[in-house]
Amino acid sequence: METLLSPANKELGIDALISILKIAVIFNALLGLFSLMTYVERRVLGFMQFRRGPNRTGWFGILQPAADGIKLFFKEELMPEGANRFLFVAAPVVAIITAYTALAVVPYGGPLVVPGVIITAIGWVLPASFMRAAFNAAGQLTIFGRPINIQMADLDVGILFIFAITALGVYSIVFAGYASNNKYALIGGLRSSAQMFSYELALGMSWVSVIMAAGSFRLSDIVATAERMNVWVWFAMQFPAFVIYMIAACAEVNRTPFDLPEGETELVAGFHLEYSSMKFALLQMAEYINMITVCALASNMFLGGWLSPLPGILPNSPLWFFAKMLFLLFVFIWVRATVPRFRYDQLMDFGWKRLIPAAAIWVVLFSGMTAFFGEKKTPPATVAVAIVPAAGQVSR
Amino acid sequence: MILDVILFYGAAIVAIASGLFVIAQRNPINSAFSLIITMCSLAVMFAMLGSGFIAVLQVVVYAGAIMVLFLFVIMLLNAKQEEGERAGGIGRAGIGLGIILALQSVMVVWKGSLGLPTNHQETASADVARGLFSDPRFLYPFEATSILILAAMVGAIVVARKEKGK
Repeated sequence: METLLSPANKELGIDALISILKIAVIFNALLGLFSLMTYVERRVLGFMQFRRGPNRTGWFGILQPAADGIKLFFKEELMPEGANRFLFVAAPVVAIITAYTALAVVPYGGPLVVPGVIITAIGWVLPASFMRAAFNAAGQLTIFGRPINIQMADLDVGILFIFAITALGVYSIVFAGYASNNKYALIGGLRSSAQMFSYELALGMSWVSVIMAAGSFRLSDIVATAERMNVWVWFAMQFPAFVIYMIAACAEVNRTPFDLPEGETELVAGFHLEYSSMKFALLQMAEYINMITVCALASNMFLGGWLSPLPGILPNSPLWFFAKMLFLLFVFIWVRATVPRFRYDQLMDFGWKRLIPAAAIWVVLFSGMTAFFGEKKTPPATVAVAIVPAAGQVSR
Repeated sequence: MILDVILFYGAAIVAIASGLFVIAQRNPINSAFSLIITMCSLAVMFAMLGSGFIAVLQVVVYAGAIMVLFLFVIMLLNAKQEEGERAGGIGRAGIGLGIILALQSVMVVWKGSLGLPTNHQETASADVARGLFSDPRFLYPFEATSILILAAMVGAIVVARKEKGK
């Protein structure tokens, strides 16, 4: 018994407890955000297209996600004849596991600082001893005296880890298409996976300038670099990479204008053609969670994560991180309501002949400027190089 | 630490079991799936040895890129299920070689001449970069390899390209 309760094991136990708490909170928060997104997306789309959207279930249709969930749960599960049973079931599982694993790294919301007003308010209700245990002097939430950061694991290889996990996520599409024993699903799966590989290249290249400027794959280092440089300078400096990232991310998570699997009428849908009931729901859920991951990553890498947009005036807070992430999610919905879908050959042309060269040029340009101007003068130089052609483009 | 032991044996059992599945499955796609799992559990081993960078590269390159290539070839060439054929002469030779190799690796571990890695120090990715790019011994081969790969890529595109007017 003595060895089990040794100080080292106690530390390990506290670490494990904190990790489990974080996993539970983030997991459930994401389930909530996912179902909320399905509702918000349809409402916003309806608003933008002069329709109403779901508005019958509950208050303004807010219970629609629950109704959808119940409906999907009670639907009959179909498996096509001659399907590869193992892979047919494995595909949604792979999709959901990879979607959630990526989140171990990505929501880096900084230290969980609670504003003094709220602490005072809670202090009226709860005993003082609890308050002393739960918050330290800086107003940061603590568990067993450990300050809590909003992130599950701050890996040294943070961004690369996400890249690796997204690379594995492709398998769900490949397997779903193959296992269905349906030619349309197979072709849809091949197309979708080809799309994902193509845009993964541009996605990875758009990270290079960020990694180069921060000198690290660690998300907290990237945010710290942004803080040192000032958030707005950082944003302007990385703006071209941000644009490339958002386009590639859109394709990576199968959103409009790259959502070929959604083309039910003209392409007989895609890899998820034969899926029904909860398996279909899992595939959809993985897609939405990937979208959240992509937006959270962009919020960390390009928009400064938990840093306040008005440094010195407003305090840094995890709320900023969530606000930036939600704004990017809104942008995805906005794009969906605005842009028509690509044809498959246009999609491939755009990826290989426009986006990847643009990303490559930006990498060369950025590294050249870093070498030429040095660490200090790069931000203004990049801004000049990036903004002037963009302004020319706009004024034309 | 007990957590390390659990993780190591978990990953080791998964790696060996899925490795066996690779050759035991009749459907080539299922074999490929097992191989992906083997690669991923090897990545877990690398991560446990404190080399997160190599672990991630293992997943990106092997489990991600190379296995997708395998899968595409299998799917596009429409490889059929293996019918129940017994191993021929080459197959028997392979089994023999496999047994010899397994015995050898058991011997090596048993005698302890190789030594199990005891280094649990974290190798940061920045150290890898510094080692690779500041030491001319590694820098030259690294750059030479990258040029070789680039040449191979250009070659592949030239070979695969359709000629104009045909």
